[in-house]
Amino acid sequence: MVISGCSSSDQKGSGSTDKTINLLNVSYDPTRELYEEINKSFTKEWKEKTGQTVKIQQSHGGSGKQGRAVIDGLQADVVTLALAYDIDEIAANRNLINKEWQKELPDHSSPYTSTIVFLVRKGNPKHIQDWDDLVKKNISVITPNPKTSGGARWNYLAAWGYADRKYHGDQTKIKDFMKKLYNNVEVLDSGARGSTTTFTERQIGDVLIAWENEAYLSLKELGKDNFEIITPSLSILAEPPVAVVDKNANAKGTEKVAKAYLDYLYTDEGQEIAAENYYRPRNKKILKEHTKQFPNLKLMTIDDFGGWQKAQKEHFSDGGTFDSIYTPKNQ
Amino acid sequence: MTTTFLRKKKLTILPGFKLSLGFTLLYLSILVLLPLSMLFWNTMQLSWHDFMKTITDTRVVASYKLTFGTSFVAAIINVVFGTMIAWVLIRYDFVGKRLMDGLVDLPFALPTAVAGIALTTIYAPNGWIGNLFPFKIAFTPLGIIIALTFIGLPFVVRTVQPVLQNFSSESEEASASLGASRWQTFTKVIFPELIPAILTGFTLAFSRALGEYGSVVFIAGNMPMKTEITPLLIMTKLEQYDYTGATAIAIVLLVSSFVILLVMNIIQWLVNRKFSA
Repeated sequence: MVISGCSSSDQKGSGSTDKTINLLNVSYDPTRELYEEINKSFTKEWKEKTGQTVKIQQSHGGSGKQGRAVIDGLQADVVTLALAYDIDEIAANRNLINKEWQKELPDHSSPYTSTIVFLVRKGNPKHIQDWDDLVKKNISVITPNPKTSGGARWNYLAAWGYADRKYHGDQTKIKDFMKKLYNNVEVLDSGARGSTTTFTERQIGDVLIAWENEAYLSLKELGKDNFEIITPSLSILAEPPVAVVDKNANAKGTEKVAKAYLDYLYTDEGQEIAAENYYRPRNKKILKEHTKQFPNLKLMTIDDFGGWQKAQKEHFSDGGTFDSIYTPKNQ
Repeated sequence: MTTTFLRKKKLTILPGFKLSLGFTLLYLSILVLLPLSMLFWNTMQLSWHDFMKTITDTRVVASYKLTFGTSFVAAIINVVFGTMIAWVLIRYDFVGKRLMDGLVDLPFALPTAVAGIALTTIYAPNGWIGNLFPFKIAFTPLGIIIALTFIGLPFVVRTVQPVLQNFSSESEEASASLGASRWQTFTKVIFPELIPAILTGFTLAFSRALGEYGSVVFIAGNMPMKTEITPLLIMTKLEQYDYTGATAIAIVLLVSSFVILLVMNIIQWLVNRKFSA
């Protein structure tokens, strides 16, 4: 980091102030609206502060797919993904990112958070209140496939965490709970937006397990007359992380502005924009101003699962707990 | 003597044989052979045991059955209705014929994801066609067959069309004047001529369907063991950064496609020999 910092300041010294700086933010799917506003606000502030014009391009897609694109050579200056696991993989490959990236910014490098909630049809005809209701007979659940969707892995872990508390860690009972839950799933879309469409537009399923920000976005776009958000008694704190892709930024001489861009997410303005886009801000004061939108609930974190590397291996890699749900053996 | 003479003469009539052959080899190497050999190279990092374990996993095997089964059914449907469409487009004149002819190519031009979303919207239980049926179409193997039929349609039509176009009416007239019924004329005179083209169309539609991803993921429902297609499993491997596992399954698809193409070529050769002899 020290070395790269030096080289970037060298390049700044050679009169790059009058040039337009191009930044590429490689992100996951449901952050499109959030970053459009962040970029507008940040470029304005950066221009006032330094006189430089920054142009920020956004790229959106499934979190894992985006991670692979960066590994394969997409010249991202910053990555803002759904899972720390995906950034870990970028860090592990070609030394694109400092391995200690999660310590470089406050709050494990995740400036905003979200949680997993339920979206049900207006009036909640099936009386769904908590995770227990999702494993009942005749309940049809919609959630994306944790194997292909980063967001879906948070959904899975939230349910697992609930069952873990309920059965005091009894593995057989937890697995049984998960099996019942996923056997109630009617369509297993490959991505989070796909599941939202299946539930809202195709009108399949009684409940959609969704990120809070996606649920609010559905309410906003498709009307409060059609859906309701149900907050379960226990959920998980979803922490989408951000990081500077050191090697790329270093090569392009954009490290300083890339760092400032991510720092901006933590400023009051950045946090306010996050809240307006239905992400829970880290800033407690700003979070408090939006309590109506973000009710208090008990939240686990990924650390309760031993971090992403461990969670990925135990639950989502081949032969993990998710696979065992659908393998006919041991059933 | 005559053969060498002919060869020499051919060379002078069409110059640039060496140049064009060289270009062809280079072009095919860069565009086809190199990427495909990378696939094998990548997979070779797996031990034989791991390779077999990956490609014979229960879920993977279930996906082969689904993918091959639905692709086969879709290709058969395309053979029947594609031939019929080609027949109508060649043999009859009607208003809007040009338009219909253009519509056949639409599945080629449309991005597959667009096709998938459109088909799902129509065949979902609350969709225009979906709500007419008492059973589910989208999110079942039936939905997959529809998507694969859609993307495979142009292949049969476009291979059968030129054969029908060049078909000489004399042989039909001869057959009729010799007292054959219309059905006999069709089955004994016209149909045998069409077999090679139909086989080509079938093969193309079938192998295209095997690898289809974009249009199917939306309509399939993706339930493991039930509606999970093989290309989706390749994607799930990639999503776990498991490149070698993904290429291992990809190779199974590639080799099967190749074998199908090869077998079909042999069958065509036999058919051609039988009818030209």
